[in-house]
Amino acid sequence: MATIQAAADGSSTPPAREPVVNDFSIQVATVNGSGSQSANLILLRTLFQMGIPVSGKNLFPSNIAGLPTWYTIRTNKRGFIGRKKEIDILVAMNAETAKDDALALQPGSVVVYDEPLQLNELRSDVTFYAVPFEELVKPVCPNPKLRKLVRNIIYDGVLAYLLDIEMAEVKIALYRQFETKIKAAEMNWSAVEAGYNWASENLQKHDPFRVERMNENAGKIIIEGNAAAALGAVFNGATVVTWYPITPSSSLPEHLTEYARRFRIDKETGKATFAIVQAEDELASIGMALGAGWAGARAMTATSGPGISLMGEFTGLGYFAEIPVVIFDVQRMGPSTGLPTRTCQGDLLTCATLSHGDTKHPMLIPATPEECFEMTGDAFNLAEELQTPVFVMLDLDLGMNYWTAEKFNYPTAPMNRGKVLSKEDLDRLGGFGRYEDVDGDGIPYRTLPGTRHPKAAYFTRGTGHTTKATYSEKESDWTANMERLERKFDTERTMVPLPRVKLTEGAEIGIISCGTSVYAVEESQDQLERESGLKTSHLRIRSFPFPTAVREFVDQHKRVYVIDQNRDRQLMQLIRMESPGISPEKLLSVRYFGGMPLDARTVTDSIVEQEGI
Amino acid sequence: MSAVATPKVNRLGLPILDYRGGTTTLCAGCGHNSISQRIVECFWEMGVDQTQVIKMSGIGCSSKSPAYFLGASHGFNSVHGRMPSVTTGALLANRTLTALGVTGDGDTASIGIGQYVHVLRRNLPMIYIIEDNGCYGLTKGQFSATADLGSRLKTGVVNELPPIDTCSLAVQLGATYVARSFSGDKKQLQAILLGAMAHSGTAVIDVISPCVTFNDHQGSTKSYEYVREKQENLQSVGFVPFFDEIQLEEEQVPGEVREVTMHDGSKLLLKRVEQDYDPADRVKAIELIERSGEEGHLLTGVFYVNTERPTFIDMLNLDEQPLGTLPADRVRPPKSALDEVMEELT
Repeated sequence: MATIQAAADGSSTPPAREPVVNDFSIQVATVNGSGSQSANLILLRTLFQMGIPVSGKNLFPSNIAGLPTWYTIRTNKRGFIGRKKEIDILVAMNAETAKDDALALQPGSVVVYDEPLQLNELRSDVTFYAVPFEELVKPVCPNPKLRKLVRNIIYDGVLAYLLDIEMAEVKIALYRQFETKIKAAEMNWSAVEAGYNWASENLQKHDPFRVERMNENAGKIIIEGNAAAALGAVFNGATVVTWYPITPSSSLPEHLTEYARRFRIDKETGKATFAIVQAEDELASIGMALGAGWAGARAMTATSGPGISLMGEFTGLGYFAEIPVVIFDVQRMGPSTGLPTRTCQGDLLTCATLSHGDTKHPMLIPATPEECFEMTGDAFNLAEELQTPVFVMLDLDLGMNYWTAEKFNYPTAPMNRGKVLSKEDLDRLGGFGRYEDVDGDGIPYRTLPGTRHPKAAYFTRGTGHTTKATYSEKESDWTANMERLERKFDTERTMVPLPRVKLTEGAEIGIISCGTSVYAVEESQDQLERESGLKTSHLRIRSFPFPTAVREFVDQHKRVYVIDQNRDRQLMQLIRMESPGISPEKLLSVRYFGGMPLDARTVTDSIVEQEGI
Repeated sequence: MSAVATPKVNRLGLPILDYRGGTTTLCAGCGHNSISQRIVECFWEMGVDQTQVIKMSGIGCSSKSPAYFLGASHGFNSVHGRMPSVTTGALLANRTLTALGVTGDGDTASIGIGQYVHVLRRNLPMIYIIEDNGCYGLTKGQFSATADLGSRLKTGVVNELPPIDTCSLAVQLGATYVARSFSGDKKQLQAILLGAMAHSGTAVIDVISPCVTFNDHQGSTKSYEYVREKQENLQSVGFVPFFDEIQLEEEQVPGEVREVTMHDGSKLLLKRVEQDYDPADRVKAIELIERSGEEGHLLTGVFYVNTERPTFIDMLNLDEQPLGTLPADRVRPPKSALDEVMEELT
């Protein structure tokens, strides 16, 4: 073992390594509510501005201030920006977690820490840099009350020195972060400079990690999935938006409110072409959205697991009475209150069949901000064309974290309002049967309340009904209606977005995933081939009911691993439900339900183990 | 307000028959049927275009009734206790519609109290009729939250919880037209309903509507001596007695307390509010309702009217056109708007 010298300044020196450029993870450990979010976002944005593929993930507690929080940033020159399990650089600012955080690191990692924590005494196989944050903050921030908030940003300066991050870009990112708050920006910039200058004068770089400018982000944007979905709603004619605050979905309607106020107030009349209502609970928010969809609005609500549970009864009514509505589920870890600030894909089964009795609902499952934007438009079209509740399944990782994305394409496709009969249609037809399957696709025609025709009205109910929407308990009426709804579900299968398939030549092993699992899966495919010589193909499901391509992919491969970010293998269960003919031994499972965004190593290890490689 | 005359057609040239719905499946003699009939008469008399009306309800006997009136109006029999949210959504989508909500005491005061409370706060422009019989008729007579203290079920279960006064709550929480009537008081109910139709804002009408099958309450406002004698008959499962709908024989004088014998022999003490009562005073309205309750009278009449408070639709500054049918170019901002946002996010 190499001898390691502990320097008097608290720094220590492991053996020199080859430089590691644009390929590492940073974890910043702070206390919630201490202003670290600004420092982290500035760091993220700086790396983005330097053209390096980067992602940032906020691993925050269910708390406003005082509990430990972590932020991880990953750079990867090859574009793998899923969570990396191993931390390469730890910034330890929180006394409460510092020791555990430092002890959990792999040998060869780096720790930048607050000097009084004396972490350098813990181990000798990582590089320590002690920084006297308290001393550095005093001269730049005379007001002791503000110091707590300004103190954290110093590590941006220290990291800039250690990692060769361009200070000019830090400055741009910082002034952008503070927008119009010039005084705050100036003070924080002084703090960054203080950190940089102190580091350049006092720290000797012993670690291999650094960044280099690339050109991977030209023309790209940084956005959270929730904001992307909100824009999707504003640009696809959402008119009634109802919600009840719940993490991690709240920022979706909040962004929507902001964008709608900017772009959906009529310039001539000053009136809103939208209604956004914060309801008294999720029961009311889905009730309002359904009422609005019934009366002709492009209506939506946004919630998360506990809200989904509450919306069950109304969703069943929406399915059975055939009312368009879009429901965003930004999934968080359940069951019950669960881990409100941790991610998962644990509502797939619930949403697919939400409510009592025989119910099945279409789900769209985006994996990127671009898809959050586009699929919101798809969801409104599908809801109105199919006259049924449509779920858009985000997760906390996608919804609340910042992602790099291509600029969104302006939606040019028409807003399809579905089979709605006008007064003129009724004049021509002389009447209609609300639940008649005129076209053989299971989708009936409807009228909107307010249609000025004596034959326009029908009675909407969750009870048994005839094709004319009158009350019926007759067996034949009931089964005929349920069979028509099944027919409609088959029509849905042909209308939902297709999966993304990437076939690898010579691959016998297939991987099926959905949503944010894609980041871990694509990196894992690379690891499997490089490390184990295992070639794999990948199909990413983007919707339920599954288009036939899913079954075809399974048939094309010898074995198929289904990736689930939940305990009960929900995606696999849905595949089995949709394709009962698949032989049981053919589908294998990779599951993770720890609450963090899925990482590639977890997928790779599981497949390697099951393959017996 | 004058009583309804009986011309053959209304101002739209339609006979009253056109304002009817399907045949009722409620028990013969049910007070709810009288209320349905009053709705038919009032909407016909006012010459309301039925296609511009939505009939909204929750679940229960009362909530079935919208199928029995205004056959040319869209109806929505939603889920238990949640008629207010569905109505809110419908009005957000189309602010030009006239919303008529019909619910029961279980639908409003028990499972739906949360939505009731919040629709009052919002002052949603709608007529909100509570067909109040103090029990769950459709599940065979269990107590609702408006059942009187001390009233007794046929099984011997005694209600030990105080009733919720839906009118008192309505005044407190922001409804702008609050009244109570009795399903058998044809003239008063018509007048109150016409008043509600003329009102903009949440108009709550709590209508005491006897349940002919299961209502055998004993309490300060109702006696059940007669029921006791007939208990055997009433308990036989599936037996639905036929009665005529109860109607008051002559118009009640303000201030007069009148005893009404119910189908089952129980007594209802009705008292009309005084002639000089000013319904503009919120605090007095609550005091009046609470005092009459203490005195054991079932006070009827319009308790509170406020024509100043803005409705929920006013507060939202909505486009004058129905949001649901705005053309695409009014609900999809131009490409330049998206470009602007994208530029900000780079």
